[in-house]
Amino acid sequence: MSQLGADHHSRGLERDPSDMVQLLTPEGERVEHPDFSWHGTEDDLRRMYRDMVIARRYDLEGTALQRHGELGLWPPLQGQEAAQVGASHALNDRDYIFPTYREHAVALHRGVDPADMLALWRGTTMGVWDTKGTGFFQYGIVIGSQTLHATGYAMGMQLDGMVGNPDPDHNGAVLAFHGDGASSQGDVNEAYVFAASYNSPVVFFCQNNQWAISEPISRQTRIPLYQRAQGFGFPGIRVDGNDVLAVNAVTAWAMERARQGQGPAFIEAFTYRMGAHTTSDDPSKYRLAEETEHWRLKDPIERLRVHLTRNGLIDDDWLHALEQEADEFGASVRAACHGLTNPDLEQIFAQTYADITPPLVAQRAEHVAWVSSFEGGK
Amino acid sequence: MAATMTLAKALNAGLRRALDADPKVLLAGEDIGKLGGVFRITEGLQKDFGEDRVIDSPLAESGIVGTAVGLALRGYRPVVEIQFDGFVFPAFDQIVTQVAKMHFRTHGQHPMPMVIRIPYGGGIGGIEHHSESPEAYFAHTPGLKVVTPANANDGYWMIQQAVASNDPVIFLEPKRRYHQKGEVDETSTPMPLHQARVVRPGRAVTLFTYGPMVKTCLDAAAIAADEGQELEVVDLRSVSPIDWVTVFDSVRRTKRAIVVHEAQRSGGIGAEVVARLHEELFYVMESPVLRVTGFDTPYPMSRVEEDYLPNLDRLLDAVDESLSH
Repeated sequence: MSQLGADHHSRGLERDPSDMVQLLTPEGERVEHPDFSWHGTEDDLRRMYRDMVIARRYDLEGTALQRHGELGLWPPLQGQEAAQVGASHALNDRDYIFPTYREHAVALHRGVDPADMLALWRGTTMGVWDTKGTGFFQYGIVIGSQTLHATGYAMGMQLDGMVGNPDPDHNGAVLAFHGDGASSQGDVNEAYVFAASYNSPVVFFCQNNQWAISEPISRQTRIPLYQRAQGFGFPGIRVDGNDVLAVNAVTAWAMERARQGQGPAFIEAFTYRMGAHTTSDDPSKYRLAEETEHWRLKDPIERLRVHLTRNGLIDDDWLHALEQEADEFGASVRAACHGLTNPDLEQIFAQTYADITPPLVAQRAEHVAWVSSFEGGK
Repeated sequence: MAATMTLAKALNAGLRRALDADPKVLLAGEDIGKLGGVFRITEGLQKDFGEDRVIDSPLAESGIVGTAVGLALRGYRPVVEIQFDGFVFPAFDQIVTQVAKMHFRTHGQHPMPMVIRIPYGGGIGGIEHHSESPEAYFAHTPGLKVVTPANANDGYWMIQQAVASNDPVIFLEPKRRYHQKGEVDETSTPMPLHQARVVRPGRAVTLFTYGPMVKTCLDAAAIAADEGQELEVVDLRSVSPIDWVTVFDSVRRTKRAIVVHEAQRSGGIGAEVVARLHEELFYVMESPVLRVTGFDTPYPMSRVEEDYLPNLDRLLDAVDESLSH
């Protein structure tokens, strides 16, 4: 019995809370919500389903590549496909995204080259991709730091006149991802303060996957996370993070009000990390298999498949074609990983500054001379 | 065209000119708007450039620097003010983990043209956390550049050069020299930002220093001159990178050196100067390189700070010791 925080059973932290927006039940039934509705097309449904399947395949390939020694580390996203795909499908081309290190599904949807992401985990680059073209910033490793960058970027969009224009094609906003563990970070709380103070167009999207490595959500908070937003002065909504329709509807609402100049919002996507924190982690040491099995029944992909099949929106041929596409994609991911080449250590000198310093020029020359002093050079 | 003004006014004039020159330049910090900053360095700038370019921040240093990162990613050139040296540490993570590494992490795709202004150093009778010299932490961090003006003319030009830099610059302002007057030449071409300057030529011993200690060293050199010893005083101006060409040139002439700074001794800027002189000019020098610095303790109670800070007596004693070899 511990003297520190003996009672962690607080309201709303249980694994099946009732106070969350849901439009598609785990059984694949469409339900309505008084405040949020989903107005997409059948094609939208199929596209989101396809993106979730492809993201899951990418993730499985990542884990397998790590197990084969091709990657140093991989952070699996399995279980969080709906949270990520639903959010990403609510964005426009002017919106900008600051991810953590687990938003693989969002990255793929925004057009990030899958190989560029693998390069980070393989250690051949620092994780560079076309941030400007995709509107998807580089992965942030330090927990929560990116929420401040997101807020500053949103302030910049305000200064650039991208908020509250009558023509919606001129408006944009920022989507800032973070996790449940990050909610304890000072930087994240400062980001909420700055965003509220300047009424900046940033939506904080918290994937509460219940676990910060080995620490349960009850170690981070004694009230539901979405309720914290009220204390910062902006709305907080909890959404079923395994329901791609609900996530999409809530994110679309929050982003649109941000673009229109109504300021920040907080979304708690209530979901579950089915796998390990990263491939270096062993969840069997801190959580019960029974819990994982409980969440498996809420699988985000399966519930949409049931819904689409039951309503005749997809059939076996369609699913088979998708399976083939995923297989081909998986093969291309593996090939791309094997094609990544090691960098040259010499590049780190020029990489450090926009305008390299004379002492660093001298260190580079020293290094190059040392390398070429060996027979045959490097 | 030259005018006489204090370092504080010169910094204000330099910031004004930077704001005028580039609409992407923004100032942010605590109390910098209506109040003009607790040292009035930004006085009048919000009135003239508006609340969207001279921004009062919530009271959170990590937030100030972290949001400035986002603004820089969006194409702005933020100049943020940390109110006092001892208050920079809540922002230390954002500075060393994010600001310093962004160019590296993005392989140059996203440079960080940001200036972090920090009033630093002692001698003002301050309470705890108001008199510190944190330059070595930043000089030790790859990706940052660290400069410090010692006079009004350098204040005026160096702040503009720092704003124009495409790399993040830690801009340390010697707060006890804010009210020291000097000539500011607003038309001449300034020397490069990271170049050191021989502020007083001499042949006996070189004093290497920067920021608030430049005046102290010049005062010591004046006294030594009365006693027949010509000291050379070099204002490093940039402690990262250090202008080794000027440093080595000076010691090739004087063959003796002393490094002077307010900051604690161990692992400081002085240690780096000593190491480099040892590596490069071991056979040229005629005496060990000495350091006159603060002690390896926290900054003391203000009633005894003048004995903690390098002063004329300690400096001149060190000169005697250097010449005794």
